[in-house]
Amino acid sequence: MTTSTLAGHQFHVDEEGFLTVPDEWSEELGAALAAQIGIEMTDAHWSVVRFLRDDFAATGETATLRRVGARSGVPVKQLFALFPQKPAKKMAYVAGLPKPRGCV
Amino acid sequence: MTTTTTPTTTPTPAVAPAFDDPASQGRTLAIICSKGTLDMAYPGLILANAALGEGVETHLFFTFWGFDMITKATMADLKFTMLGNTATHLPQGLGGLPGMTAVATSRLRRSLAEIDVPEVPEFLEQIVASGGHLWACRMSADMNHLTLDDLYDEVEGIISAGEFIEKTDGAQLLFI
Repeated sequence: MTTSTLAGHQFHVDEEGFLTVPDEWSEELGAALAAQIGIEMTDAHWSVVRFLRDDFAATGETATLRRVGARSGVPVKQLFALFPQKPAKKMAYVAGLPKPRGCV
Repeated sequence: MTTTTTPTTTPTPAVAPAFDDPASQGRTLAIICSKGTLDMAYPGLILANAALGEGVETHLFFTFWGFDMITKATMADLKFTMLGNTATHLPQGLGGLPGMTAVATSRLRRSLAEIDVPEVPEFLEQIVASGGHLWACRMSADMNHLTLDDLYDEVEGIISAGEFIEKTDGAQLLFI
């Protein structure tokens, strides 16, 4: 496992750069991760990321795009606007979670 | 997995995943949906949804029996039959008994709902919200005497096979 540093934080990552230890994440690190992929966090971004963190804590799985759209109160169209092109992966990355495994 | 905070290797500056790698940009997928049974509606929808989630421009063309997937009168009521489907691993004679199609359909619906897969209309809605394009086949519309008013509201148009081929120039193509 590789150890990475960013904005004074030290954390474990996989070969793509996703955090592998969810507990090493903090909101401060989340904002730094978002900046890495060109996203400036707003309240709307945070509400999605906090949903993912809570959902992961409850289920042990990263929510898929469909699940976030259906349960977070943020519609799918807006998720694409907040995290363009590859919303499910980008949300997971910023939230310090593994990529979602589900197909839908 | 260990949760130790002591690094096991020398820390390196964080590398972001290559989400916007130019090599992965500009990909287009065309999916032709030609089946109107509940089980065969899903492969196209699932693959379209997956492609859109990866930033791939995606166009679906509904033709022949696949027209049922976007016809308002039928889209929420697609059926699954055991008849002619040996993959159910049940005696084929059973499938012909009265009511078996209804039983098989409701069991498939339940299995899909259990794993949080949306029904066909809601799935189409998600695909459109994700930027997907829905097209209806001109010949199928003419054969069934249907107009755009009879179709799901988000269908962008009724077009000929040739027009679909033009729109998806250079695309990867799936026929389902």
